[in-house]
Amino acid sequence: MSAPDIEDVESFRLRARAWIGENLGPAQHADLHPFADTDEEELANANRDRALQRRLFDGGFAGICFPREYGGLGLTPAHQRAFNEELAGHEYPSRLAVPTFSPCAAVLLEFGDDEQKRRHIPRILKGEEVWCQFLSEPSGGSDVAGALTSAVRDGDDWILNGSKVWTSTAWWGDWALILARTNWDAPKHRGLTVFMLPIQQPGIEIRRIERLNGSTESCEEFLTDVRVPDSDRIGAVDDGWTVGSRWMHHERVGSNSPYVTRPVAASASVRRGSSLTEIAGAAGRLDDPTAQGLIGEARMLQLVSEALLQRLSTAGPRSNLGEHASAVGRLFAGMSHVRRATIAFELAGDLAGAWDEQDDGAAAAAGMNFLMRQTACIGGGTTEIARNVIAERLLGMPREPAPDRELPFREVPRGPRQR
Amino acid sequence: MLFTLTPDQEFFRETTARFLAERASTRRLRQLRDDPAGFDADYWTKGAELGWTSLLVSEADGGGSVSGAGAVDLSLVAHEFGRHAAPGPLVDCNVAAFALSQAGGAAHREALDGLLSGAAIAACCIGAAPWRLGAGVGVEIRRDGHEVVINGLARPAESAAQAGLLLVTGRTDGRLTQVLAPTTAPGVAVKPLKGLDVTRRFAAVTFDDVRLPMSAVVGEVGGADAAFGRQAQAAGVILAAESVGAMEAAFAMTLEWAFNRYTFGRPLASYQALKHRFADMKSWLEAAHAIADRAAAAVAGEADDAAELVSAARAFIGRYGVELAQDCVQLHGGIGVTYEHDLHLFLRRITLNRTLYGAPEDHHQVLARREIERGAAA
Repeated sequence: MSAPDIEDVESFRLRARAWIGENLGPAQHADLHPFADTDEEELANANRDRALQRRLFDGGFAGICFPREYGGLGLTPAHQRAFNEELAGHEYPSRLAVPTFSPCAAVLLEFGDDEQKRRHIPRILKGEEVWCQFLSEPSGGSDVAGALTSAVRDGDDWILNGSKVWTSTAWWGDWALILARTNWDAPKHRGLTVFMLPIQQPGIEIRRIERLNGSTESCEEFLTDVRVPDSDRIGAVDDGWTVGSRWMHHERVGSNSPYVTRPVAASASVRRGSSLTEIAGAAGRLDDPTAQGLIGEARMLQLVSEALLQRLSTAGPRSNLGEHASAVGRLFAGMSHVRRATIAFELAGDLAGAWDEQDDGAAAAAGMNFLMRQTACIGGGTTEIARNVIAERLLGMPREPAPDRELPFREVPRGPRQR
Repeated sequence: MLFTLTPDQEFFRETTARFLAERASTRRLRQLRDDPAGFDADYWTKGAELGWTSLLVSEADGGGSVSGAGAVDLSLVAHEFGRHAAPGPLVDCNVAAFALSQAGGAAHREALDGLLSGAAIAACCIGAAPWRLGAGVGVEIRRDGHEVVINGLARPAESAAQAGLLLVTGRTDGRLTQVLAPTTAPGVAVKPLKGLDVTRRFAAVTFDDVRLPMSAVVGEVGGADAAFGRQAQAAGVILAAESVGAMEAAFAMTLEWAFNRYTFGRPLASYQALKHRFADMKSWLEAAHAIADRAAAAVAGEADDAAELVSAARAFIGRYGVELAQDCVQLHGGIGVTYEHDLHLFLRRITLNRTLYGAPEDHHQVLARREIERGAAA
């Protein structure tokens, strides 16, 4: 597309501002809290998010960075950022941001063929398809390339067997990307293939996993003789690691992806005021210099995180960061979240140990958020893996020894849980 | 540092970088260790010719920026200063020149011209500030007819023993006043202090009934609060960018060491325990770059959130810059604490900067007050 076809960012911003003002209400509880208390509520939230996505589509603001031929607007990350800034404080389809738009739609755009993209991208942009990632397996969290789920060719189809885990929203989602092993004689990275498949079908049994905070949002899936047509394969046979590497890149970028519509956090917090001052207020500590120091430290981390993400997303030719920059953002986000969750916990004092959900406001969540704080360093690839990526790919340090790298995968030791 | 430099900015940065490589080698820094000034006059005037002191000064007053965003251009100079642990009173001369230009350069034309040419050195004597000052530090400035009278103590004041000019910030009935005082004024006493840095010198300046004509006042008596706030932001931009440059140098040096130093038959860079620490340091370095750049851009654009971003930059870089430098020392082992190794030049610079214009703890308080105000307004 030639440059004159593209609307300039400021005029787009003004149009977006007017449209958002007329068509989207203020942020709702469901936009700020990812998972509802009951399944009924969560399904209602999901349906509301689908409807919001449809409203964006009908208003001409869905898929800002998606190509026009697949129903998007064909604009730039700067346009998406302008929209996200204007969206601050408004309701939006929060449940569709991740993983539907990034990494799933981003992977489809990058590796799907024309027919696949025409079939799915418009439906995603209209809120008709919510996507999940069938990536991790029970046998190995960070060692994604060690996938044991198998896909065996059968005529024009593939037959899939195995299990996947840590899949958010799978119990109500529509489609999934799945990484499966298609060649057991090749080394582990060279025998994988990526497919897409509908989630709600007889061969897929879904188990809800209860986390320590009671959330049952994450799922484990058991696939038994699931038939996938070869036309739903994404990328070449046995070349799934090429797709998988970019998939994980898009996962690390997550909600900061230019494909994701999501209000800019800073502006939202400016409007709402920080929940940490709310917590300190509830605990009667707003005048306590120690508490103030913690509030200031948390604000510092928030501002630095935002600045870092912006730097990483605009890294240009002068940058020596390249495609592995997302690992820096991932590591920093994890560490920063852990510290902020700890600060919230410390500010809350005994309200973190026993609380009244009606009366204690933001302080009521501080204790459980603290118990769950390491999810920020685990989900989406652990911070340990991010550190390996930074050290080895960004800084060029020697790779960790990997005795499984050149072995035919069927000979790789897999511990006591042999397949 | 910035990803989006214009060709003019790149040329400007490169010019200063080449000049510093030549004139501020680590060998030269060591020679300056026992020099009373820590820099020589010729070095400073040559630097001023390159534009080091003119970027925050309006064109009408004889200054001018490279890109239209003076604070951003200045951050490029400061970054290079950090990468070389370069000598010279970059912060105070820029803050003083900025202050005089802010107040309308005509009133202090000669002093401003001197700062722009590098012939004059100014020291900032901060006797009142929104951050904590040391015990006993504080300056009162009162009006007495056609004169102002200055009393009190300001420290640390950079290069005060070398400076001809003192930009004094003090209190007048709870408001800030700024006065430009010659160091030769009766009642001014300058006592050199010992300091962390190899080339940067500090002094304690005492004012004992120092009487100056009203024409010495910069701006209005009791009217300098906002101007001083912006000067502190400019100082914060310089200090942040300089520390990022020094972090970059320390990190690069340590990374190279990790590849070249073998122990138990393998390079340090092959140990995962150490690789992960380098990864942490890399993330701090990138985050420090990011917030320093954001702060510089916000100050240049006089954005509403400039003060907050400067405080976030100073707090983050103050804390994690020092952590990074100390971890670099640890990864070097014993050689890291020797004078002969260059690492300490950067450790010193980062550590010194942390203490100036508000420590991280002070900036946390500034950020917290803003958050609490916002929370109360919501």
